[in-house]
Amino acid sequence: MIPTSFDYVRAGSVREALGLLALGDGTKVIAGGHSLLPMMRFRLVQAPKLVDISRLEELRGVQEYKKGLRIGATTTYAELARHPLVRERCPVIAEVAADIADIQVRNRGTIGGSLAHADPASDMPAVMMALDAEFQLRSKKGGRRTARAREFFKGAFVTDMTEEELFTDILVPGMGRNAAVYVSFDSAASGYALAGVCASIGRKRATISDISVAVTGVAEVVFLAGALERMKDTKCDAAVLAAAAKEAVAGLEIAGDVHAPSSYRRHIAEVAIIRAVERAYQRAGA
Amino acid sequence: MERPVTLNINGRSHTVQVEPRALLVHVLRDTLNLTGTHVGCDTSQCGACTVLVDGQAVKSCTTLAVQAEGTRITTIEGLARGDTLHPLQMAFWEKHGLQCGFCTPGMILTAVDFLAQNPDPTDDEIRHAIEGNLCRCTGYQNIVAAIKSAAATLRAGNAGAAA
Ligand SMILES: Cc1cc2nc3c(=O)[nH]c(=O)nc-3n(C[C@H](O)[C@H](O)[C@H](O)COP(=O)(O)OP(=O)(O)OC[C@H]3O[C@@H](n4cnc5c(N)ncnc54)[C@H](O)[C@@H]3O)c2cc1C
Ligand code: FES
Ligand code: FES
Repeated sequence: MIPTSFDYVRAGSVREALGLLALGDGTKVIAGGHSLLPMMRFRLVQAPKLVDISRLEELRGVQEYKKGLRIGATTTYAELARHPLVRERCPVIAEVAADIADIQVRNRGTIGGSLAHADPASDMPAVMMALDAEFQLRSKKGGRRTARAREFFKGAFVTDMTEEELFTDILVPGMGRNAAVYVSFDSAASGYALAGVCASIGRKRATISDISVAVTGVAEVVFLAGALERMKDTKCDAAVLAAAAKEAVAGLEIAGDVHAPSSYRRHIAEVAIIRAVERAYQRAGA
Repeated sequence: MERPVTLNINGRSHTVQVEPRALLVHVLRDTLNLTGTHVGCDTSQCGACTVLVDGQAVKSCTTLAVQAEGTRITTIEGLARGDTLHPLQMAFWEKHGLQCGFCTPGMILTAVDFLAQNPDPTDDEIRHAIEGNLCRCTGYQNIVAAIKSAAATLRAGNAGAAA
């Protein structure tokens, strides 16, 4: 199918885009269009006007930010996957970007688009939660504000952003002593995660000094698995890890569908947690 | 509302009247009669519609024609130089990389982008590269062989050009 009719404006500047969004007439942003256009083609989404931000240089690219990274919202997965600064400072972001969907989708899909879209099975939200990234948002009336990734995702396709806001940048803190790994089990049909887990771990010799684990694809919304905090001050003991992974998904409402029944999703979520933690622990010690 | 949009396709400029909602693939096929670009799905998954936009492989069913304004688009019709086929086209022919041919234009254009990034890939890397292109006939084996063979030809050509 093709989308219902809409008007289209290619924004010449961030200010122009903010002005159009401030009209509050249902205008939507289009970046890579790889979540928006499929939904508009199915007529799950309609908009009277699209404002195209994909060519705004102000919103694109990667820079050093303190010891971490500043990533422009319209930076594509392909750019992230091969960016030397991303690979050096925060390799997990490059690894995840390189593994999302296929070459064609990675050439168009943007990291800001993925985060603003907040598909509960998308990969980057879990990475941003585990790394404790911050998101910079901007609107004409409200100016600039910063939202913590850990407080940003409110539900399936629901975030802390208003319709007038533009997602401009992602701030990723320096990794310090931490290392991060993402492990996912993907649906064979769609490629989206049935369970995806990002673990970020810091070590003092053999002992875990810091741990954050975020889980996507399993529940209604990406979440930080607090149960894994009990791994702190341990030496990544397998029995403790297995128990913590079980507890992390025990209370969750997990919906089954044609891709996987609920019991299977719960099981692979546990396995993904265990593998992500073990590998992040090894990487932090390397 | 229709508007004029100028598209640079295979080195030629075309001005067409399109609605903003017109998908690039439909403008290529239905307005410009460039039917080498195919439509195989409704879900952005099969890759039959792949074209190059500024050298990058893109699914033209998930791109608005208006978004492509000001870019350089290459379709399968624009790959050969006169009567001389592109090394990927030659290799698909020689290695039997196609049966019905429906997936072939998309496979080849994806491979053009991929080999520009990775001129000497392993079989495994080739298989990952064509993840977004579905083929219902070949079982992929000969497609992988064709891309591998074209990579060698392209490397030899580049070495020749450098010498
Ligand atoms: C075949 C296929 C397979 C895929 N597989 C995966 C996968 O395995 N894992 C995965 O995580 N994703 C997957 N995706 C989704 C892909 O990652 C999307 O491209 C990405 O999620 C959205 O980025 P975009 O730039 O295309 O956003 P768009 O589609 O342009 O926009 C998406 C939404 O975000 C809003 N938006 C975009 N940018 C901004 C901004 N800067 N400020 C405010 N709002 C904004 C738009 O208004 C829209 O509502 C897949 C997509 C396809 C088509
Ligand atoms: S027609 Fe474009 S991906 Fe199938
Ligand atoms: S050759 Fe028939 S679909 Fe690939």
